[in-house]
Parts: sequence; structure tokens; C-alpha cells
Amino acid sequence: MSGRVLVGVKRVIDYAVKIRVKPDKTGVVTDGVKHSMNPFCEIAVEEAVRLREKKLMKEVIAVSCGPQQCQETIRTALAMGADRGIHVEVSGKDYENLGPLQVSKIMAALAKKEEASLVIVGKQAIDGDCNQTGQMTAALLDWPQGTFASEVSVDGDGLKVEREIDGGLESVRIKMPAVVTADLRLNEPRYATLPNIMKAKKKKIASVKPADLGVELTSRLEILAVEDPPQRQSGVKVESVQDLVTKLRDSGTL
Amino acid sequence: MFPACKYTLQARQCLCSLKVLQREHLPSLICATRWSSSSSTTPRITSHYTVYPRDKDPRWEGVNMERFADEADVVIVGAGPAGLSAAIRLKQLAGEQGKELRVCVVEKASQIGAHTLSGACIEPSALQELFPDWKERGAPLHTPVTEDKFGILTEKYRIPVPILPGLPMNNHGNYIVRLGHLVSWLGEQAEELGVELYPGYAAAEVLFHEDGSVKGIATNDVGISKDGSPKDTFERGMELHAKVTIFGEGCHGHLAKQLYKHFNLRQHCEPQTYAIGLKEVWVIDEKKWKPGRVEHTVGWPLDRHSYGGSFLYHLNEGEPLVALGFVVGLDYQNPYMNPFREFQRWKHHPTVLPTLEGGKRIAYGARALNEGGFQSLPKLTFPGGMLVGCSPGFMNVPKIKGTHSAMKSGMMAAETVFSKLTNENLQSETKGLCVPEYEENLKNSWVWKELYSVRNIRPSCHGLFGVYGGMVYTGIFYWILRGKEPWTLKHKGLDSAQLKPAKDCMPIEYPKPDGKISFDLLSSVALSGTNHEHDQPPHLTLKNDNIPVNNNLAIYDGPEQRFCPAGVYEYVPKETGDGMRLQINAQNCVHCKTCDIKDPSQNINWVVPEGGGGPAYNGM
Repeated sequence: MSGRVLVGVKRVIDYAVKIRVKPDKTGVVTDGVKHSMNPFCEIAVEEAVRLREKKLMKEVIAVSCGPQQCQETIRTALAMGADRGIHVEVSGKDYENLGPLQVSKIMAALAKKEEASLVIVGKQAIDGDCNQTGQMTAALLDWPQGTFASEVSVDGDGLKVEREIDGGLESVRIKMPAVVTADLRLNEPRYATLPNIMKAKKKKIASVKPADLGVELTSRLEILAVEDPPQRQSGVKVESVQDLVTKLRDSGTL
Repeated sequence: MFPACKYTLQARQCLCSLKVLQREHLPSLICATRWSSSSSTTPRITSHYTVYPRDKDPRWEGVNMERFADEADVVIVGAGPAGLSAAIRLKQLAGEQGKELRVCVVEKASQIGAHTLSGACIEPSALQELFPDWKERGAPLHTPVTEDKFGILTEKYRIPVPILPGLPMNNHGNYIVRLGHLVSWLGEQAEELGVELYPGYAAAEVLFHEDGSVKGIATNDVGISKDGSPKDTFERGMELHAKVTIFGEGCHGHLAKQLYKHFNLRQHCEPQTYAIGLKEVWVIDEKKWKPGRVEHTVGWPLDRHSYGGSFLYHLNEGEPLVALGFVVGLDYQNPYMNPFREFQRWKHHPTVLPTLEGGKRIAYGARALNEGGFQSLPKLTFPGGMLVGCSPGFMNVPKIKGTHSAMKSGMMAAETVFSKLTNENLQSETKGLCVPEYEENLKNSWVWKELYSVRNIRPSCHGLFGVYGGMVYTGIFYWILRGKEPWTLKHKGLDSAQLKPAKDCMPIEYPKPDGKISFDLLSSVALSGTNHEHDQPPHLTLKNDNIPVNNNLAIYDGPEQRFCPAGVYEYVPKETGDGMRLQINAQNCVHCKTCDIKDPSQNINWVVPEGGGGPAYNGM
């Protein structure tokens, strides 16, 4: 086992910012808007760094796909403890169409190239909410997956993953190499402090193009329109049960 | 100051179980061995270490408080127009003369420009000096002013006032900008020149050499929980040492507040007076859009004794955008005044409403601004550092412009610091360099002349006819005499001392927001994108937790629940049913500093929260 961990990080619009739909309905306004690392990706980076600090893994590589600004996100991951970064350059129309399928192909190619033993990603991104990249990456690599991880521990030559599922908690044991997706309660990420940001400036970020990895970015999906959710109608207070029944009858519900 | 009682084991266990309760949002109730100035019935509000020092706090025993330190030539606090101009000028000079200079800028916003808020109609004079080729470099000055309108509003009508050339608010040659974008652009220029920019890291502490001169700053600690105890993620901030530290924190900076006291910089000047500016950006109907138009009004809804007015600027950047806002002088006397609601009701005026009808609000924010001008300028330099920008306060109030003078002060600071640093025969009395040349040069520059010529306009509004008296004064003494009159009028004193007790004032009836033109406070705050890590000590610290209810609420009916543009302060009934308590929603804070300025008890001390928190303004 090479002991290398590949961590995917995504640069998304900060969760506290109010989203505005572009007037031409092709997407949301991103120019000048505050961006930060996807919260689940922060948890993924933290977990990878902890594994390295426990000497269970040897190297943590942070990967991000996108335009030039992604390098800031990779720097944050480096400041949290990742050893080096890989920036997969995707911009313009390709970036607008970048979805889980394309990213998972890139991650799979990189995992093979870097001979990674483990790929950790956040369970989903807060902009797309797709919850697909980790799973697709595992499928493309034909590796086992431990998704919605709330606890990860090394068990011999494999991993024991505690998964948060609808019914409760599920424990699985998976052989390595494997893919893990991080859920909220996996850990509390450390802060990227200023001395670490300064040190991170000296760590390497390699730039790579998807074509170099043999990945084709065409999307099979086409965005038709992006719209605001319909305005919530305010409710009506009724004085009595009789009123309620009358109103329900009038609206045709009864 | 605060009795640091020795903890017994029992008390510790009591506190541990109380912590669990506290997490479920109950006020920390009575604990007999609790160590604070709160009485037994006032719930504990403040937990920040600036009020409760950690070296006396048993929860911090054994925690490693060492800090990593680094050296730079110049450290600049604040990446606003002044700070960035200083950084850029330093690097420009270093490049011209082939010298190496390490310049570090720390900024509490998560990205450069995210905490910048201004009208703004700027004079490009200082930018022209800094970058004569600003147009080719792509500086975002896209909207030259084409029309200048001024009016006095009554409840239903508008009286137009002609803007003659020579009056301070004449805007020929100026540009309407989104200052946040200009600051962002300045940040990019600075990075290209090799300035080390660190957004997301707030300067929390000033460091001193043994000889009393400024050694540099320390950034904020992270990982302290809401009750003041260390979390697992606790890490100390970092120390940045410099030969000279330039403080450009903007209006009413919290470190500047400490420096004024420490070096007695305000000995020979009047106290600074302020106003609060609230701003919104709207996308309006194209038919109503007049790019390049600048509109100002005074009058309704304020009375003649309350200084303030509105602005409405039509931007020309593609979309039909307008930047509009309302400014209220913080020397108002009626504690029932609510600047946010004055702004909202102004929008319903028959001459303002049509512009906004059919439009959509896309941004909101607020910030305090200086009004003291010439009379309130403190001493600007001290051993090891200096003050630039709106922090000491170079705003030209009648012109409503401060960006050009802020940038010029930053540039002058850089020039004088540079010649000091490169002076091989330099002999300094103190380890931190003192640069009195900065203040001398500034006094001989256009900034000083400009501020001097308009010094009497703001104070002239305190007379019998209020703002209108001020307008007459401006017409006579500024327009004709250019401010050469031999007298200098005084301000009224501290803004916080101007409030009358609530019983002597009439509550103001504000109309309800209609959700289309005017809005409620909470949805506005959400638009500012403000957020803070919730598990940290509230950064709006109270020197004494009892005073809000006993003084502010009792005498002034809690003015902080009205002047805060973000809904941070709320007086809510206590769960025990006997009276009210102050609830501080620190997460909402937009870093405007109004509370620190206007609190009649001067009990609120705004300190910087964890870096990266605060509003997420985009081109405000």
C-alpha cells in the first residue's frame, strides 16, 4: 500500500451568502461573490490529515477541478495539512458543465496515476447537492466504497467505516484501496491558521489538464433553466374548526 | 477588576453541568461561585478574554499560549482603500529604487472588498496619482457622473436645489463606483506588485516593544468556544512584527481605539463625530434607469435638527443597477430614532418610489462614517506606527467623499515610511520607527487644505435652523469665501452623550414594511451575507453585563435595539419572568461599529471576531 490519500476539494459559493439567479436564467451569479471550500470537503481534508498524523497514511494530496481561483481552495487544504496539491484546469463552458460524472472520471484517473490507497471526498457539494461523485469514482475504479462516513478507522489491510444511514448507523468493513465520502459528524475541521497559510505558499500545486489524464469532459446533461423557487404563499389563520372545513372545501381540497 | 475566585472541585462540576444547559441556549443562571460582575439575576452575556483575562481563568491552565512570530518591514492593518494604497505605493517605490521590502497586509474579511461599503461617488484624483494608467489597467470606474441633483424633501414634495459649480457636492469629473470592486481591484494590483495579502485574518492585538513603541500586531486566536473556554481546535494567532505598522481599520477601528488611549493621541482634538450609512443595491426597471445620475436629498423623513440625508446613484455596468442609501448623523437626541426604518420609509417618498417600482433589491449593508473632519483629527503618528484613512478620519463631509483623501493618506504614509526605512543613517530612539514626517507632509498637502476649507459646514448644522442653517452657511462661507473665515466652529461633543432620556422624547411611529419597496430588518441582514462561527465568544463585549438593563433600557429604552442595522441587540423577557435581559445575536453583526459609537453608557466595546466572519458584500 502506497499510503497515499487523494482528497477532492470543491470551491463553492459560501453557505451564508444569499444566492441570486442570473437574469438570463442560465445559472446563479458567481462574480465577486464570496466563495469558500465546501464544508464536507473540509471534513474530508481533516480526516485525511488525521490519518497521516496517526502515521496510518504517508501523504495527503488535495485535488480541485476548476478555474484559476481553485488554487486558493487548494491552498486552504495545504494550510490544513495536505502535503501537495493538484489543480485540474477546467474553465469557461467546460466548467459550467462540469458535473459528478466528469469529476469522478478525473478523480479515478488521478487515483490510478498517483497510486492512491484511499480517496476521500465530501459526501456532496452544497451547490449541486448531487451526492454522486464519491460513488461514481468508486464504480469507475471498481473499488469498495464507504459513504456517509461518520467514523473511519484502519482495520488490518482495510477500513472499518461507520455509515450514517436513514435507519441509523451501519458498520462496514472494506478492503483498500477504497473510496470514502465524509459526512457531517466525521470530525471538526481545524482552522487554517496564518502561519500554515504562509507555509502552504511554499508547498507545490501541480497544474494538469483533463486531456492529459485522458478524460473527456462532454456532458450528457443540458441545463434548460435556473429559476428561483416559487414565492411561498403566506398562510391564513382561521378562528374555528368550522372555518377550517369551509376553507378546505372552498379550495377544493375536501 | 473582576474577582478571580478560586474554584473548588464542586464549583467546577457545577459549571460543567451548567455548560450543558448553556448549550441548549438557557441563560447561564445563578451559580454562587461564578466570577463576574453580573449580579445574581443578570444572566452572563460577555465571555470574551478582553473582559475576562485568560491568565486568571482556570479553564486555560496548561494551555500553550505561545505564538509563532514573523518579521516584515511594514505591516498594514486593513485592506481598504487607504491600506492598499499604502501597500501599493511602498512596493512601487521599492521597485523604482531597487530595494527589497516585505509588506504584509492583514484583513479581517474573508476576501478583499467583502467588508467595504460606500455610496460611492469618488474623485479619481488620488487614484490618478497612484496609477496614472488606471484606465488601461482596468480599474472598475465605469460610470462617469453625468447629472447631479439635489433636493429638499417634505412629506409629499421635493424642492430642487441647484448645484452650482464650486459647491462641495458638485460632481463634475467624478465617477460612481462600487467601492468593493475597486478595493478588490486594488488588491489584485497589490498582489501583482508582491504585497503579501492575508484576507481572513484579523489583527486582534497591538504588540509593543519594551520601550513602549509599537512592535507589530497579533492575529486573532481561533477555537475558543462561546463561553470563553478553549476548544480542541484552539490555536493561537500569529505575531507579525514590523519596523512600522500602518493602521487602516476604517471608521472607528478597534485597535485605533486602544492606540488613542495608549499614546494619548486625542489630547488636542475634538472627539470624533459619526453618522451611520445604510445602503442597498437594486436592479431596477430599464425605463427608469439613468446611468451617471447622482441624486442627493435632505429633509424628510428627518427633521431639521437631525443631520442626514439620502443618496441614489445610477450605475452603468451592464445591468440597470442603482446604489441607494440613507445617512443619519449619530448625534441624534431621540432614543426612539431607528436609522434603518428611516431609510425604509424614505424609499416610499413619491419622488423616490417610482424609481424603485418593479425593481428587485439585491444587496444590503451598513457602516458608520466619520463626520468630524478637521476638528477631530488626532495625532497621526506614534513610535512604531501611524494611522491612515477613515480611521483618523479624512472624510470631506459636505462633499460626502472620503475615499480620495484616504488613499492619499495611505500613499503619503508609504512615501514617508519608505524614506525612513531606506535612510542608511537612520538613528531611531525607539525600536519601532517614529515617522512624524507623515503628519507634516499631510499638513502641507491638498488633503489638509480641503478638510480645512469645509471644517465649519457640519458644525453649522447645529444652529437654530438645523440642516437648513448649514446649507445657508455653506452657500455664504464656502461657496463665496472658500472656507477662509477665521473662526472654527466646534462640534457638540461625543455622539454617545447626545441622547435624551426616553421619557423626554416622543416614540416615532414607523410604517410597516411592505415587502416590495421597504423591508424588515432580518431579511435585510440575510442579504448582507453576514455570518460568524457561532461557537465563539460574542465580539460585542460589555464591560459590565448589568448596565444594559439598568441603564440603557431603564433610561433610554434600549437605543441599541434601534440603531443597530443588523438586529444584534434585543431586549427579551427573562425566562424567569422577572424583567428583561439583553440578548446579543453576535452572528448578525455587519461590523458597522455604530454600537461602540452610540452606546450612551459606552459599555459596549466592539472587538474583532474570528477572521473571515462578517458580511460578504459584493461590490458595495
